[in-house]
Amino acid sequence: MNKTYNFAFFDEGSKREIRRATLKAIAIPGYQVPFASREMPIGRGWGTGGLQLTLSLIGKDDVLKVIDQGSDESVNAVNIKKLVSDTTGVRTTDSTADASLIQSRHRVPEVPLQKDQILILQVPLPEPLRGFEPSEHETKKLHAEREYSGAWLMLFEKIMKYGIMATDADHPVMVHDRYVMAPSPIPRFDNAKLDNSEALILLGAGREKKVYAVPPYTKVSSLAFDDYEFEIESFTNQACILCGSNDVFFDELVDEDTGETYFQCNDTSNCLEIVNQKQSLGVK
Amino acid sequence: MSVLEVPVLSVKQMNKQFGNGCSTCKNMKLGKMTKNYCHKCGTVYACRDVTFDLYQGEVLGIVGESGSGKSTLMKSLYFDEEVTDGEMYVAGFEDGKKNLFIESAQKKRYVRNHLMGKVYQNPILGLKMNFSSIGNIAEKLISAGNRHVGSMETRGAELLEEVNIPIHRMKEEPKNFSGGMQQRVQIAKALSNNPPILLLDEVTTGLDLSVQASVLDLIKGLQRDLNISIVLVSHDLGVIRMLADRTLVMLEGKVIERGLTDQILEDPQHPYTQQLVHSLL
Repeated sequence: MNKTYNFAFFDEGSKREIRRATLKAIAIPGYQVPFASREMPIGRGWGTGGLQLTLSLIGKDDVLKVIDQGSDESVNAVNIKKLVSDTTGVRTTDSTADASLIQSRHRVPEVPLQKDQILILQVPLPEPLRGFEPSEHETKKLHAEREYSGAWLMLFEKIMKYGIMATDADHPVMVHDRYVMAPSPIPRFDNAKLDNSEALILLGAGREKKVYAVPPYTKVSSLAFDDYEFEIESFTNQACILCGSNDVFFDELVDEDTGETYFQCNDTSNCLEIVNQKQSLGVK
Repeated sequence: MSVLEVPVLSVKQMNKQFGNGCSTCKNMKLGKMTKNYCHKCGTVYACRDVTFDLYQGEVLGIVGESGSGKSTLMKSLYFDEEVTDGEMYVAGFEDGKKNLFIESAQKKRYVRNHLMGKVYQNPILGLKMNFSSIGNIAEKLISAGNRHVGSMETRGAELLEEVNIPIHRMKEEPKNFSGGMQQRVQIAKALSNNPPILLLDEVTTGLDLSVQASVLDLIKGLQRDLNISIVLVSHDLGVIRMLADRTLVMLEGKVIERGLTDQILEDPQHPYTQQLVHSLL
């Protein structure tokens, strides 16, 4: 542990300010709370929002997991893990079940989250109405008045253009029947995991200086029309080439030699756990 | 006396000023104002003590020179602009008993979305130029609570057909359209949820004569078929003569003359109205 830094990199005042914003966010599910996003040793847009939340919340007994689009070993995830463990000395893990704090970019882990865990999502664009209304001053008013026709209009436009809602990630959700929220660019497959989650879910946007939250056991529903239902990505009759799972989110890959496409778990730690389990049981 | 008809829209003593006013201009008799502008403090009195009623199926024309407060009045009626003081009642909202000018922004938005439609002079204000034409119409329907894509698409196509926009262009953005087409998309949008009140602000200004004629024809037809009430602002007396049943004449923020359109055009009383009518080519 690097002793030249205060515990968890930040001074205590900074941590307190971020925690205060976080508490407010939890108190108003789905509402974007502005906070004084700090200069970080990584660039804005590389997960500074999530990192600031992690650093403000982490304690000596925490176990940290960081994932980047399902992977524990991507450069970004490794660097963030290193920074946090160098300045706090906490243990890091790949296993979702062992972690108490999970910082993630663009995925909710496949292993169901528990009630004593906190999931922190990195958010590039926290404002779900931005494509409809460029002015922050105006979108604040729209949120205040619960005027969300813009969010539905954007979906309507997609249906007109493509025949389906065609939101690949970041499909807007309604939180607690009050605020429309950008769930960060998680695939639609993960939207359901936000609903009535046992774990606390925090979302941080460092560049946009916003924190928001989905407290445990909060209703989160994906926006849809009466005649166009919300649909998740479909992987019918597909299974992971490594572990054989068929109820998870896949990466679609191409075998460069044969030119064939195959599917592989996007959540690497979950995949590895299943493979190990099968091997220890002697299943082939 | 028989029970009088209840107005659909009623505006009482509406005032709108830009600036705080000073001791000179607050007491207008003493003040040395140029038109509705106070030289001492720079306050503009855009609308002064405007009162009128609008009845079911009626077209109320508002004429006046530029800067007379017509557009400010229209913006205030559609809550684009907050008024300084005054009262406004709409029959469809709380039985027309609540003053809308002092209601919350949410209530105002409700009235706007459910009971009104507005066509702006400049289509950029009334349309989302980067959304498809059908999307623009759907926006109004969505804000009025519709969540059914199929019905919105049908309704949008129906309306665009009515305003003579070819159906194969309904998914195109209005920014690709000519001014006249944009104006017609705006009209379709304003009409989409069958509002009892339609506000038209200089709808034909800047359009060529044949398009003007078809837009006017369209408005007249819609008004007759749907029996909606229209407030029509124009400085074109020809338009007023053709469409309006009753007319208000505004000058320097005040209503200086009111009456049946024919009466005003044939027998104007106020010197300004006389000048206006006689300027007609």
